[in-house]
Amino acid sequence: MSYEPVLLRRSAGAAPGAPPVGIGAYRDDGGYEGLAKALTMAPAEIIEEVKASGLRGRGGAGFPAGVKWSFIPKESDKPKYLVCNADESEPGTFKDRLLIETDPHQLLEGCAICCYAVGAPVCYIYIRGEYVRQAEILESAIREAYQAGVLGESVLGKGFKLDMRVHRGAGAYICGEETGMLESLEGRRGQPRVKPPFPAIIGAFGAPTVINNVETLCNVPHIIQRGADWFAGIGTDERNTGPKLYCISGHVEKPGVYEFPIGASLDTLLEAAGGMLAGRALKAFIPGGASAALLPADKSHLPMDFDNLAKAGSMLGSAAVVVMDETTCLVRSVYRLAKFFAHESCGQCTPCREGTNWSQLVLGRIEKGHGRPGDAELLVRMTANMSGTALCALADACVGPVRSLAQNFRPEIEEHINSGRCPLPYRRVFEETA
Amino acid sequence: MAESARRATGLPEDVRSAIAELRKHYPTEEALLLPALHFAQKHWGGWLPEEAILAVAQELQLPAARVYGVVTFYDLFHQNPVGRHRVRVCTNLSCALRGGNEILEAVQGRLGVRENEVSGDGKCSVVEFECLGACEQAPMMMVDDEYHGRLTPERARRIVEELD
Ligand SMILES: Cc1cc2nc3c(=O)[nH]c(=O)nc-3n(C[C@H](O)[C@H](O)[C@H](O)COP(=O)(O)O)c2cc1C
Repeated sequence: MSYEPVLLRRSAGAAPGAPPVGIGAYRDDGGYEGLAKALTMAPAEIIEEVKASGLRGRGGAGFPAGVKWSFIPKESDKPKYLVCNADESEPGTFKDRLLIETDPHQLLEGCAICCYAVGAPVCYIYIRGEYVRQAEILESAIREAYQAGVLGESVLGKGFKLDMRVHRGAGAYICGEETGMLESLEGRRGQPRVKPPFPAIIGAFGAPTVINNVETLCNVPHIIQRGADWFAGIGTDERNTGPKLYCISGHVEKPGVYEFPIGASLDTLLEAAGGMLAGRALKAFIPGGASAALLPADKSHLPMDFDNLAKAGSMLGSAAVVVMDETTCLVRSVYRLAKFFAHESCGQCTPCREGTNWSQLVLGRIEKGHGRPGDAELLVRMTANMSGTALCALADACVGPVRSLAQNFRPEIEEHINSGRCPLPYRRVFEETA
Repeated sequence: MAESARRATGLPEDVRSAIAELRKHYPTEEALLLPALHFAQKHWGGWLPEEAILAVAQELQLPAARVYGVVTFYDLFHQNPVGRHRVRVCTNLSCALRGGNEILEAVQGRLGVRENEVSGDGKCSVVEFECLGACEQAPMMMVDDEYHGRLTPERARRIVEELD
């Protein structure tokens, strides 16, 4: 059965570099009808509908969106906020960029519906600082929406007031973590906060705040327009529902964003992405971004949804699928990820600051042929001290790839240590050197 | 405080009015810090000399130490002079698998610079960067505000050669 894209319906056929869908084309295609419908519903009804759809957060943790919205107190003496997470810094992830570049009004509509449902008069879209063009696209879409009366003093003329702003980050992975993001929004270093209190109670500027990922919010207009039952009918089961964007990169012929019902397997993705690069064999893959445990090739049939991947010891995360072929040294790959986490640790919690750095150092020495007997066990012991011991999940993110390497691909580590060199030294991708 | 009552700071007028424009959309002065630093950095040619940092602190009535703390935290704020063009080459996993390190080598080799150095003519500074969220174009790099993907060493060298 062929699948009709939902999130990419307006952009699937667009040429690369084509201008984003403008407000006119968006409305001609039924855009902003979800918002119009939402404004005729009671806020509580919208939250119930989103709950019933089973929509889970697409930013990494998979928390049910409707449930999160229901935590926002009805009454508040401060204005409530929606902060849309467009930080997209998880290595391997590029779906939110595509959603923004191609169809920005879909995101604005989702944000507006969420704001109405929780009673937030202000929405900030926090976008990573490197997405300069994408921030401009959003700003110009917001301008269009104000001019058309979709945003501003009276949303679609129905009396709900909504101000929407794009807020640029400045280059820090930790600002994708929701409370690091709030700190950054408030003008400080992006160091995550102690939780509880959770942002739903004390979030941005001390007020109740919803934080949702770009893709999560892009699903919302479709849920309101087509109904929770329609949405819940897509996917693997009632806990894993709806359309999903998978970012596939690495050793594949046609890397890109592919939309499937949640629960697509790597085999399915590979077929869509033209197969393995140069026809080489699959060795391992990361199903959910740099923070997810590596899986061996024999898991390529596994439905990639929240629960099936958790059961397999990994996670769906941001659905960034990084594919590595038989020529890839996994020690070098995970070393690169550990180096990333060490660079991005904000430094306030010792297990994270030290653990990410030691992961990098130990993996680096193994890769260079200076590994010591027992280093694999050392890595496993270290990750045990990093897991669940810090204020946020960045340390756990580093644990994902490091522990899976040390536990599931141990022979490759041992081979490095025993032979005193990397068995799969870097092979140049490009012939010429000069 | 009324705009007219605000005392002169070391910030140029266009930056001050850009900040003033944003002021009504945020409940605190402090929240204007990242936008203000972006504006200031653009004005000062891509980096933030002490003068710029102090001016921003004064404008937002924040202790200079707070502003320094923020500047040093974020990868896109620079406290040292940079080239007229900033080249950021991704070497994170998805790019590394497709030759990202070879692109970095090619670009640095062509410009005769190492990490964080500015080329002799002041034209370019090159840094190895973390994932830029464009892995479908791997290997890729960012030059100023633009992404360049599906690079080969030759294309990457040509892109930096053609910068003025
Ligand atoms: C270190 C770290 C980095 C994160 N980066 C992102 C990110 O770039 N984008 C994102 O949407 N969520 C990110 N998250 C998850 C957020 O904390 C949060 O769970 C999410 O934005 C909630 O939205 P959702 O429920 O719609 O997924 C990150 C979490 C951690 C611990």
